[in-house]
Amino acid sequence: MIKEFRLPDLGEGLTESEILSWKVDVGDTVSLNQVIAEVETAKAVVELPSPFAGVIKELHEQPGSVVEVGKPIVSFEVADDAGASPSTPSGAMAAGDLAAGAREPVVELPKREPNLVGYGAVVERSGRPARRPRNFAPVGERVETRPVESQATAVEPVESKPAGTIPAERPRSTPPVRKLAKDLGVDLVQVRGTGPGGLITREDVQEFAGQAEQLAPPMEGQAPAGGTGAVERETRTPIKGVRKLTAAAMVHSAFTAPHATEFLTVDVTPSLDLLARLKNSREFAGIKLTPLTLAAKAVLVALHRNPALNSRWDEENQEIVTFNYVNLGIAAATPRGLTVPNIKDAETLALRQLAQALTALAETARAGKTTPADLAGGTISITNIGVFGIDAGTPILNPGEAAILGLGAVRTMPWEYRGEVALRQVLTLSLSFDHRLVDGEQGSRFLADVGAILAEPGMVLTMV
Amino acid sequence: MSTDQTGHDGANTPQGAGNPGETGPEFLQLVTPAGERISHPEFDFWVRDVTDDQLCSLFEDMTVIRRIDVEATALQRQGELALWPPLLGQEAAQIGSGRSLRADDFVFSSYRENGVAYCRGVDLTDLLRVWRGNASGGWDPYSINMATPQIIIGAQTLHATGYAMGIQNDGADAVAVTYFGDGATSEGDVNEAMVFAASFQAPVVFFCTNNHWAISEPVRLQSHIQLADRASGFGIPSLRVDGNDVLAVMAATRLALDRARRGGGPTFIEAVSYRMGPHTTADDPTRYRDANELEDWAAKDPISRLAGLLERKGLLTAELQQQVKDKADTVASQMRRGCTTMPEPQAMDIFKHVYSTPNSWLERQQDHYARYLASFGDPAGAVSEEGAR
Repeated sequence: MIKEFRLPDLGEGLTESEILSWKVDVGDTVSLNQVIAEVETAKAVVELPSPFAGVIKELHEQPGSVVEVGKPIVSFEVADDAGASPSTPSGAMAAGDLAAGAREPVVELPKREPNLVGYGAVVERSGRPARRPRNFAPVGERVETRPVESQATAVEPVESKPAGTIPAERPRSTPPVRKLAKDLGVDLVQVRGTGPGGLITREDVQEFAGQAEQLAPPMEGQAPAGGTGAVERETRTPIKGVRKLTAAAMVHSAFTAPHATEFLTVDVTPSLDLLARLKNSREFAGIKLTPLTLAAKAVLVALHRNPALNSRWDEENQEIVTFNYVNLGIAAATPRGLTVPNIKDAETLALRQLAQALTALAETARAGKTTPADLAGGTISITNIGVFGIDAGTPILNPGEAAILGLGAVRTMPWEYRGEVALRQVLTLSLSFDHRLVDGEQGSRFLADVGAILAEPGMVLTMV
Repeated sequence: MSTDQTGHDGANTPQGAGNPGETGPEFLQLVTPAGERISHPEFDFWVRDVTDDQLCSLFEDMTVIRRIDVEATALQRQGELALWPPLLGQEAAQIGSGRSLRADDFVFSSYRENGVAYCRGVDLTDLLRVWRGNASGGWDPYSINMATPQIIIGAQTLHATGYAMGIQNDGADAVAVTYFGDGATSEGDVNEAMVFAASFQAPVVFFCTNNHWAISEPVRLQSHIQLADRASGFGIPSLRVDGNDVLAVMAATRLALDRARRGGGPTFIEAVSYRMGPHTTADDPTRYRDANELEDWAAKDPISRLAGLLERKGLLTAELQQQVKDKADTVASQMRRGCTTMPEPQAMDIFKHVYSTPNSWLERQQDHYARYLASFGDPAGAVSEEGAR
């Protein structure tokens, strides 16, 4: 006699599972509990053991197909006397149904709803919605992300949304469908659900994926016409402005100047003590003093002793230009991107003027008012990565310069101090230099000088 | 495995800084994972009477409950059971303790102690009723002195403590034994139960199977000390035993039972084991668990450990193995038959277990419901449809 095996609910309230593979073929003789298939549910990949001992007559589903719970998946030819395992799950199926070869249950079972354990019983539907509908981002109403330089050029037609739009809730769907969407690269936010309560079904995702394929490649800067619910999956921002300049400068620098980077970690407690004292002095009243101020001064002092770091490689004329002045660049993160304005003739400035110049430079850059003149003619740069909480890195040279110093974050660390371990204020200096212009020895001496000054500001007396 | 080559004093020495909640120091062991019997000055006494025959029957019981577990898991995959919580890997903890009990002791277990139920002589069909969704309780608790499995985590510890206080009032020397997992020790119920058990010095044994995972939460997230050490906060003496060593579990359980019978009050036993399978058949542990961990514990398997001991003693004959296998097969097929031929519950059954004695108010409801069902015209059809719900 023929016995059918219907796909069971393998995990507390699931409605469907995917047949991953068959472990048997039609005609195979299988024993009870022999593994016949591998099935993936929303919860797990499980092996299906055969509920009968017998011969496989038919496999109803192909690997890869998603099968509803209760659908027959295998037919077995079972010896008539093997009545020990009369499998009639759910009690809805009489023996007579099988004899006629009926594949579908005769009794129409109520449609099963997914109801996972812990989610409570399925509530009987009454006429009214049980709770208020969820907020979805309606089609075509996604908040646009604007390119950074949008402030001046509001020419292209872009529908802008008020800032107070309610954020869209996570689209409703089921784990297997979410996985399918992920596999197909479909963003569920863009899919309109046709299931109950706006639930996104497998069909919705597949349909959407089919449409998205036809629409490719998307046209730049506008949503595809027709209101199919598609919004660009990528934002294409023209490469221009600061980003373009930065990119060109970085590529030029990285691929023409052979970089070498050195690191030095310094106990800067004495420097911080000095800053604290200066802040209380009348001369520095109202002046912003930071580790960067002292580091800038230290660089200027050290450059005096190591002029090779303040030079330029002139490829065209095959000359090395050594500057007898210092235009000290300070890398600044601004709303427009990275800029490196510089302080002209910084070596002539006393600490107080240097501090004021640094403050002015930062404020100008943040306000987006840095002029091209401010940006041109730098001879060496400092990048203050410490403000981001970073310790060290490999700075890339500002093109045309021989060196750039990265200033790390000041950290309170256990450190050797007078033969004992003490909590000290420590930071790391990262120096990149153009190895065509600067040898390891020169770079090292320069970095050691900067470090020595920050470790003991009094050392300046030995250097000037 | 440093914990495997333990010294002959039977207690592991700490190897470096063990993770809290992990297998650690002071871990009673009488049989090593390789099957070597090691002596212990205190605990040998508690298993001195275990004969070779009894060792063989422990081996049989552990093999049979593993087979019950495998068969029930298959039945779930075949749609015959809605759910099953596998006990794979915890056979020694369940058989070692379950076999130490007296018939008049009373067990209050969680849903995973199907091996203990087997020891209590549960009918195999009754064991599956709840998991088939066929009844809200599988058996009459007084028939085997074991309450039906508690699904609410840790609630059974309160029931056990209350029952134990009743034993005290009766002046009997029976003991209430409650089984729960590592996760349950974080529940309020378990802590309240320990407070009462200690206050009244109730004859209750708190048997905690530390299988290392509360579904997907590792035990170390819940407890920064060994679980056994939690009991001392309540003034309850505790033991930490190798839960995969059936003799060690037996020794600890017997000691605890003896203390309770003599009026010595409660004991907390932490049986350190491992849940080799999923939490239930609806769980996929590969999503949160390191496969290496599984491999480490497979090397400490409770059944192969006892087989190793039997082999050293020359008891693991082909005859014994065949006999055990036959027994397991018989039990499995008996259970399968009982499961698949279980009659569907009837609509009126819902009134059966509400009150222990007749109740006119309930009888009126029953009458109303019967007439309601009859209003469908086809009482049989109505009954089976309702029954299928």
